[in-house]
Amino acid sequence: MNKLIKYVLYDIVRNKIIVAYTLFLLLLSIGLFHLGGSPDKGLLSLLNLVLLTVPLISIVFGTTHFYNSYEFMELLVSQPIKRSKIFLSEYLGVSLSLSVAFGIGVGVPVLLFAPGATGLFLLLTGIFVTFIFVALAFLASVITRDKAKGIGIALLLWFYFALIYDGLVLFVLYSFGDYPLEKATLVLTALNPVDLGRVLVLLNLDVSAMMGYTGALYKSIFGSGWGIAIAFAVMVLWVLLPLLSARRVFQKRDL
Amino acid sequence: MIAIENLSKTYGKLTVLKDLTVHFEGGRVVSIIGPNGAGKTTMSKCILGMVLPDSGDIKFNGESVLRKYAYRSQFGYMPQIGRYPENMKIRQVIEMVRDIRKGAASIDEELIGLYGLKDMYDKRMGALSGGTKQKVSAALAFMFDPQVLILDEPTAGLDPISAEILKCKILKEKKKGKLILITSHIMSEVEEVADEVMCLMDGAVKFHETISGIKHHTNEERLSRAIAKIMNEED
Repeated sequence: MNKLIKYVLYDIVRNKIIVAYTLFLLLLSIGLFHLGGSPDKGLLSLLNLVLLTVPLISIVFGTTHFYNSYEFMELLVSQPIKRSKIFLSEYLGVSLSLSVAFGIGVGVPVLLFAPGATGLFLLLTGIFVTFIFVALAFLASVITRDKAKGIGIALLLWFYFALIYDGLVLFVLYSFGDYPLEKATLVLTALNPVDLGRVLVLLNLDVSAMMGYTGALYKSIFGSGWGIAIAFAVMVLWVLLPLLSARRVFQKRDL
Repeated sequence: MIAIENLSKTYGKLTVLKDLTVHFEGGRVVSIIGPNGAGKTTMSKCILGMVLPDSGDIKFNGESVLRKYAYRSQFGYMPQIGRYPENMKIRQVIEMVRDIRKGAASIDEELIGLYGLKDMYDKRMGALSGGTKQKVSAALAFMFDPQVLILDEPTAGLDPISAEILKCKILKEKKKGKLILITSHIMSEVEEVADEVMCLMDGAVKFHETISGIKHHTNEERLSRAIAKIMNEED
């Protein structure tokens, strides 16, 4: 398996997109820390931008990479290797390289300008979101053979999680505003990894006081060690669910 | 050596293989012929586990190969159209496959030498002509001294000299007791290298016989005529 990951990584590093991505994140983070006065403000703006761009780039890069590696996978399936091994090597190769890019691009500035627990949460969230969206990207790519369709599905998924979902949640909250919705909001948050990550970081930023009752509920749940553990467990589920279903499809598929 | 039992495969509404049952022995060259779309490539891909059949079984030395992978270390495959990662060099592709099949007992570099691939080692796969890609496919298929070789229209893109080299190699490997399956449309070539002919039609075996047997019972000197005769007779 390590051998295969080595070749996947080799292929990814050679196309310059991953380097450009690192530089982009690096510039973005340094710029934001210089703009905002306090490091907390910088982290907050960074959080919002990270939660918008990281999923987008992970899902688009993951999908295009999968389709571009078709020949590579075709060559490998006639060799004595398990199919799931090929699939997982591709997955780990892509998500690890994107995570390293994120770690350098955002991690280094955060360490320099705003070291602390919040920064750490931001980093963990970013890496989880990368793994989750690469898994979704692979799921989109195994569903259809058509590259354009696959990228379309991937973009729709991104739209859904990054933009549409929040609108739906607002709609629900607005329509059922007369009922106690604290628990429901909690569930709704868990159903979107981007929101889950946002809440995790926000609660460490002391801005949760402004979030009303729901914020207080979040604080009482996510503030504790248990709550954080559960939140990360949900994130792990968000990685495994799309990844394992994509692997299932890939194993039963004709190449 | 390979036994295919009641193999069926459909792509959507299209039935490609229909209850196919056939048996191949080692030390022989079997030529698989049949019209386009008869299921020749699908059958080879099923043997290699690239295409998963809907029903039926494939046995290699008595053991089912479905959902397994280790058996493929005994197989060499040369695809009809070799598709390779475009930005890898010949050297890297060969080294990668060798890295993956590290357990192979012996490495056979004869074809690399005969095709002069070493002089082109630093060319990118994407920049190669179709024929050169075929040469790389052939070299990879024969490299690990496999017991079974599956060659899908091996000489289609090759120049006459390279095709001749490949035919000699096929006959040489046959003498070592290997099973070699070749799909081909060129009858003169089939006659030259093959011992048996298996004809697929609409996903089922039309006939499977030795070349001398076919010639004998059709009373024809040339294989292409003999086969045409069988096809016409039964229509």
